[in-house]
Amino acid sequence: MIRTAIAGTLLQLLHLLVALAAAPLLLGVTRFAKSRLQSRRGPSPIQPYRDLLRLMRKETVLAHDASWIFRATPYLVFSLMVIAAGMVPMFALDLPLASAGDLIAIVALLATARFFQSLAGLDIGTAFGGIGASRDALIGSLAEPAVLMVAFALALVAGTTALPAIARFVLSGGVGVDVSLALALIALLIVAIAENGRIPVDNPATHLELTMVHEAMVLEYSGRNLALIEAAQMLKLLIFVSLVAALFAPWGLAAGDVLDLLELGGGLLIFLLHLLVGAAVIAIFEVSIAKMRVFRVVEFLGAALILAVLAVVFRFVAEAS
Amino acid sequence: MFATIAYDLSHMAGAMVLLAGFVVLYQRRVLGVLRAFAAQSIAVAGAAAWQAYSQEAPHLYVTAAIALLLKGIAAPIALNRIVRRLDIHRTVETAVGIGATMLAGVGLVVLATLLVLPVTVSSAALTRETLAIALSVVLIGFLMMITRRNAITQVVGFMSLENGLVLAAVGVKGMPLVVEMSVAFSLLIAFILFGMFFFRIRERFDTLDLQSIESFRGERR
Amino acid sequence: MLTLTLLGLLVLLALGVSAPFIRPDRLALRLVHGGVGGVALALGIAAAIRLVAGGEVSELDLPLGLPWMGTHFRLDDLACFFMAAINLAAALVMVFADGYAARQPKPTRALAPLPIFLAACNLVLLANDAFVFLLAWEMMSIASWLLVLANHREDESRHAAYVYLAMASLSVLLLLLAFGALAGIDGDYRFAALREATERPPMATLAVVLAMLGAGAKAGLVPLHVWLPLAHPAAPSHVSALLSGVMVKIALYGLARFLFDLVGAPAWWWGVVLVVAGAASALIGILYALMQRDLKRVLAYSTIENVGVITFALGLSLCFRASELFDLSALALAGALAHALNHALFKSLMFCGAGVILEATHLRDLERMGGLVRRMPYASLFMLMGSLAASSLPPLNGFVSEWLIFQTVFASSALHDNLPRLIVPLMGAVLALSAALAAVAFVRAFGLAFLGRPRSVEAERAVEPGGTMMTGLALLAGGCLLLGVFPVVTLSLAESAAHGVIGVSLPAGAVGWIVLAPLGSGGAAYAGFIVFLALLGLAVGTRPLLARLWAERRRRAAAWDCGFPDASPSTQYTASSFSQPLRRVFGTAFFRARETVDMPAPGDARPARLEIRLIDPAWDWGVEPIRRAVEAATLRLNATQFLSIRRYLSLMFGALVTLLLIVAATQQ
Repeated sequence: MIRTAIAGTLLQLLHLLVALAAAPLLLGVTRFAKSRLQSRRGPSPIQPYRDLLRLMRKETVLAHDASWIFRATPYLVFSLMVIAAGMVPMFALDLPLASAGDLIAIVALLATARFFQSLAGLDIGTAFGGIGASRDALIGSLAEPAVLMVAFALALVAGTTALPAIARFVLSGGVGVDVSLALALIALLIVAIAENGRIPVDNPATHLELTMVHEAMVLEYSGRNLALIEAAQMLKLLIFVSLVAALFAPWGLAAGDVLDLLELGGGLLIFLLHLLVGAAVIAIFEVSIAKMRVFRVVEFLGAALILAVLAVVFRFVAEAS
Repeated sequence: MFATIAYDLSHMAGAMVLLAGFVVLYQRRVLGVLRAFAAQSIAVAGAAAWQAYSQEAPHLYVTAAIALLLKGIAAPIALNRIVRRLDIHRTVETAVGIGATMLAGVGLVVLATLLVLPVTVSSAALTRETLAIALSVVLIGFLMMITRRNAITQVVGFMSLENGLVLAAVGVKGMPLVVEMSVAFSLLIAFILFGMFFFRIRERFDTLDLQSIESFRGERR
Repeated sequence: MLTLTLLGLLVLLALGVSAPFIRPDRLALRLVHGGVGGVALALGIAAAIRLVAGGEVSELDLPLGLPWMGTHFRLDDLACFFMAAINLAAALVMVFADGYAARQPKPTRALAPLPIFLAACNLVLLANDAFVFLLAWEMMSIASWLLVLANHREDESRHAAYVYLAMASLSVLLLLLAFGALAGIDGDYRFAALREATERPPMATLAVVLAMLGAGAKAGLVPLHVWLPLAHPAAPSHVSALLSGVMVKIALYGLARFLFDLVGAPAWWWGVVLVVAGAASALIGILYALMQRDLKRVLAYSTIENVGVITFALGLSLCFRASELFDLSALALAGALAHALNHALFKSLMFCGAGVILEATHLRDLERMGGLVRRMPYASLFMLMGSLAASSLPPLNGFVSEWLIFQTVFASSALHDNLPRLIVPLMGAVLALSAALAAVAFVRAFGLAFLGRPRSVEAERAVEPGGTMMTGLALLAGGCLLLGVFPVVTLSLAESAAHGVIGVSLPAGAVGWIVLAPLGSGGAAYAGFIVFLALLGLAVGTRPLLARLWAERRRRAAAWDCGFPDASPSTQYTASSFSQPLRRVFGTAFFRARETVDMPAPGDARPARLEIRLIDPAWDWGVEPIRRAVEAATLRLNATQFLSIRRYLSLMFGALVTLLLIVAATQQ
């Protein structure tokens, strides 16, 4: 009992450290792949690490009007992302924190982070913060029903919304080439793009304030506050990539005894593979499509909802037979 | 194992047809509509071919070939040329917003499911699903016809309605070839007639937007 | 326990009746608020203890009231739960009211009806026959009507009170007819008799529809909600807190009692109607909230949204019960009850907070507030906690009940009938959308009120009031946090109540101290305590850790604002601009939202004008046609006031002849 508790805690700590270490790498590889696809040399894949270090060393400039909420938000957002990352199986299935929250709890933690970021955007009292906050509110509120329907489709297939259980169900081969899962996967990918602010929903590299959604909310942050917010964004991208991998392609994740180092090593390698594949897919997608107008994003997310609803309907039709 | 693969692939093909129907509803440009319709017809051809293989009914290969050639390749190319020749508007003019149309489409899918499931309790699983999907595709094709103003998109809606009928026919065992030939032939005739009418209307009224053509009707109250 | 409760209610009634005669106003305020708070606290704690300890159902019959029936009282698990919930919320609101009411211009106007209101609410819970139920319901309506009329010199209050009284009378009428339909021709209105009926009474469908309409009108379900956004903002803030926190719960109790207890085994479609009505109310309520400028109206519409969520869960429980899946039915009912308790707490917190803002700035309009976080630090902290709870976000209490309801939605594939199986997940998606929109609405309300730069002189000069007002806020916020971190408190109460109604317990270990696993140990779980602890540890610990590694340097400067800083606070986002994307997506269809811009020609020095026009569909398509029809009918009928004597006599003659004809016909 004590042994498994200690082993579980160690695994959780390792998991969090790996997540924190790998998140900037994911972003770096994505940027690198995107620039190579656009025939540019691009920044090196370890550039995000250098960016974070540079921001940590810089002076933090706060506006005169900034309140305690503005100062506390980076820490809160970062902590929420870390906890959510702790609940998603990345290289091992039996995480202690995974029994503290299921898919809905993870989404709710991300929503809390969005809540505080919107408040921080409104805090300084500039128009740009308001633009970012209101557009982000639109996108976030439309992504939630799609996520719920995806979770419902998964719950219909696997019987629960607890992530390790769903992964185990897929691993056990109870599922063939399933249409519902395919549709749910596409819906989840669309939601992931919207939540992480990638093209076509939002351009993470834009300098034009009127086209910004997420960047406009964090416009006033500098120094280590900005470093924490950026780290949280990187973690969010990692969370979604790992979520897609754990739910739809969990082969290779360490599922047995927690102390089996060989399995853990294999799981870590698979995790790296997931990162690379995820980065490549995001880069290819971003290069092939143009950014949408804000009100076209509504239709895009509506398509995600429709796909998720169709996944549920197909499941019902299949089960009724 | 073979049984589940057959089931899964038919399921997948049917789902592709339905999904393509939704993609047709989602488009804002006429060229996008034509491409999505071509994809739907190719999916129907694929479904028919797979059914021909698994049901061991070689005449369904002919159905698949007709769907592929006529509706997957020839009709979109022909309509594309009509659009270019007549210089029709490239944007889809919607009577109801795209979001609302998609929601209505989902409602129709739910309705079709609710209708088909209790009626077909004694049939095989695969047949029930194919019928539910086929009915949904028919209803969505109809929805396409009533919520769009361009004449071209209405023709596409009509033909995707027919795609749903073909899907239903191939899904059920034992559809004779004669039925399929007559359906395809009547479709060809209807298509030629549509084309002729388009040219005439365009010559006469300089536009194919049905809303503005309605203003030419006599005796308005 | 029952007799003690009745004695407590008598104390409250005595307090209410004697309140106008206590002379020094300050003494009267202290006595009444303290008395009500004390009695409510005692009742609430006693009810909670009895619920968890699992006592017997107690009944009492008194020979008062109607001669052929008497009055019957009953205390069972469901009534205990609601008693605990409303009395604890009311006690905390009384702490706030003690400080708040003393600062009002005419505080004694909202004083005497207050104990009567709370006594009537509790009496509804204890009722065991239709007479006591309806009498207490009506007493509750009239006492709250008097409370709403407290500022009777203002047009807004008078209009609100008038609409409120009309809708309350409608709800009582519908409930009376519902009980009548249920009791049948022979008319035994005792609940015990209704419970004993073995097969479904013949007019059950009619009774159920009438009860849904009647209780729904009182709870604020769309489209019968029109009184809520008028009455709740017009009342003084502590009264608004009681109306939203206590009274709508009693209405939902009435709905639950009727549908779960009195009418027997449910038909399959009753639950579906409630599910659809609940989801629609949730979505429509929160869309309305996003369009409002008045802070209290935002909160009132948010109440409608939460009532929709609770109704959805009640409907889901009925659906499961109709399919005889009793454990899932108990789970859904526990979720509904938990959300009722959570809502009572966080909505009272928000309304009391709005009262604090009103005291400090005399403002209710969001577009004139701003920057209050620096002037009112404690109020902003408590309102932040309330906003997080109202947005159903972890680690606060609103999240737990919504999470539980969603878990029950996921289990809905076990239902037997096809229509509920397809409708419930779709309505669940609507509920998820409304929960997300609720978060947006509260970001908007909190952000515009407290953050940014002050938009008016009153906001610039705000001074945080101290005293018992802030203590009340602190207690309510603490309660929200406690119930969020330890959901076992709420859920053990809700579980016992659900067990009393459905007869089935949740699986063993479902409600644990640390982990909540409602569907058993293999299913989804939430550990509020662990999440809270991790959040606290990380949020507090990251800063010193980083400061160790890299020295922190900080300075204050002007805002960056892309290099174009504007000193004027009017360049900030306003309430209508924040909700513009959502207004454009959802509002064009539903509210007929139209924006017109009036740009002056170049050289013209007048300002440009942006006009946003919205309609209120519930009024324009619901109430207005009825009002016009009633007005037209009354104008026509008014002619009967001015008939000649001959005409009046012929009316009487005609009635007599008709009756004689009927007698003649029936005699044959």
